[in-house]
Amino acid sequence: MIEVQNLTKRYGDLTAVSDISFQAESGQILGFLGPNGSGKTTTMRIITGFMPATAGTVKVAGFDIFDESFEARKRIGYLPESPPLYNDMTVTAYLRFVARIKGMARADIPDALDHVLARCGLTDVAYRVTGYLSKGYRQRVGLAQAIIHNPSVLILDEPTVGLDPQQIIGIRSLIKELAGEHTVILSTHILPEVAQVCEKVVIINAGKVVAEDMLANLAQDQTLEDVFLKAIAQEEPGAAETVEEAAE
Amino acid sequence: MRNVFTIVRKELRAYFVSPIAYVVLTGFLLLGGWFFFNLLSRFNVLLSIYTQLQQGAEDQLNLNEFVIAPLMHNLSIVLVILVPMITMRAYAEEKKGGTYELLLTSPLRTGEIVLGKFLASFLFICIMLGLTGVYPAVLIAFGNPEIGVLLAGYLGLLLLATSFVAVGLLTSSFTENQIIAAVSGLVATLLLYIIGWPADTAGEVLGPLLRYLSVTEHFAEMVNGLIDTQDLVYFASLILLSLFLTQRSVESLRWR
Repeated sequence: MIEVQNLTKRYGDLTAVSDISFQAESGQILGFLGPNGSGKTTTMRIITGFMPATAGTVKVAGFDIFDESFEARKRIGYLPESPPLYNDMTVTAYLRFVARIKGMARADIPDALDHVLARCGLTDVAYRVTGYLSKGYRQRVGLAQAIIHNPSVLILDEPTVGLDPQQIIGIRSLIKELAGEHTVILSTHILPEVAQVCEKVVIINAGKVVAEDMLANLAQDQTLEDVFLKAIAQEEPGAAETVEEAAE
Repeated sequence: MRNVFTIVRKELRAYFVSPIAYVVLTGFLLLGGWFFFNLLSRFNVLLSIYTQLQQGAEDQLNLNEFVIAPLMHNLSIVLVILVPMITMRAYAEEKKGGTYELLLTSPLRTGEIVLGKFLASFLFICIMLGLTGVYPAVLIAFGNPEIGVLLAGYLGLLLLATSFVAVGLLTSSFTENQIIAAVSGLVATLLLYIIGWPADTAGEVLGPLLRYLSVTEHFAEMVNGLIDTQDLVYFASLILLSLFLTQRSVESLRWR
């Protein structure tokens, strides 16, 4: 379970994320939508403990990411925007390294490795060097490193960007399979992806939550495109800052 | 500790599966061999001149003073330049490649990352200096250098290299650009090397201070065979201070 409360991140005068709150229940796939530059990546980096928030709290599986960071980080699998690969390592060596720094017991690693290689379709490239893999395979290795330690929470930042249609279908069905055992936050700006994969949707624009509901409720009598366009049209980009300035 | 070893293994692997290790080791040994060859031939010429001039004068020439000491001083200059290039990638490459996010979102303590990276570079330096052991081995096989002085000199060289490693890692932790990491590392190590130069004319207060801060002063003592606690304390402080600052620098990302 993931609880985000009143999260704010400022870089100097620039407010990247402003007072965001939402929740993802256990086993749920939450689609995190927003135009480019709306603060999706910043929010995810805060949830994973990579950077601190200026204000607000995040709880991951019951642990505060700031105060109990170590415990929280044990339970997170994270695929950043570009997969964090060491280009001179083979897929197997890389995944083994990740498994170890995620705190897995040495004895559990071989099984987890086989499992994740099969699940992400990496068996054929297991001994290839990651630097020479195609974009699709790199993305899959990235996904494999996020799930190898069987974390209860998965944070995926645009996992299907740059993949071909077949690979996109593969990754989507993999993410769907992961629901139930993992709580997933899936950031994207590809709307059909959300419609196919997610149960709950949070839309942010200019650093603020503009819509949060179950997909079924949101897309009841209109398409997700309409919902999205309406939501981000409510506030023009830059409006957030203007409102804040006025308040001050 | 387990995590530290995991990082050490990963770092050492990165050195040895890429050409980095081989290029650096070859270059270092090539330069070292050139210095050694030149010092040895000079020693030979001096020896024959001395024996021609005066019976028994060759006793004034010894291998420690005429070959080993200058060799170590030359190697220390090579280390000033080479060590920042070895350490430049440590943090900068991770930041640029996005793997820094993986490390910092994993359940690792900052200290474990810092220590792991330091130990890996330290081991690499040990291998580098260990391989230069062939030069004194040749001297021991065919001559009679003083072993004690030789070992003290090697300890000095190792401490000097380790300090440079710690400083190089610190500069690497500040940036995501490897060139900036290398250049600022080089400036820092070179500054440590030459900071004692104005000591003689800098006055009564500043002079001794500059001399104390200079790596060269402490290193030269050890090359001469003198292991003083003061020198050991100097190197230990330099290493620990750099490691501490590196830890702070990595940790600073988590500060609110």
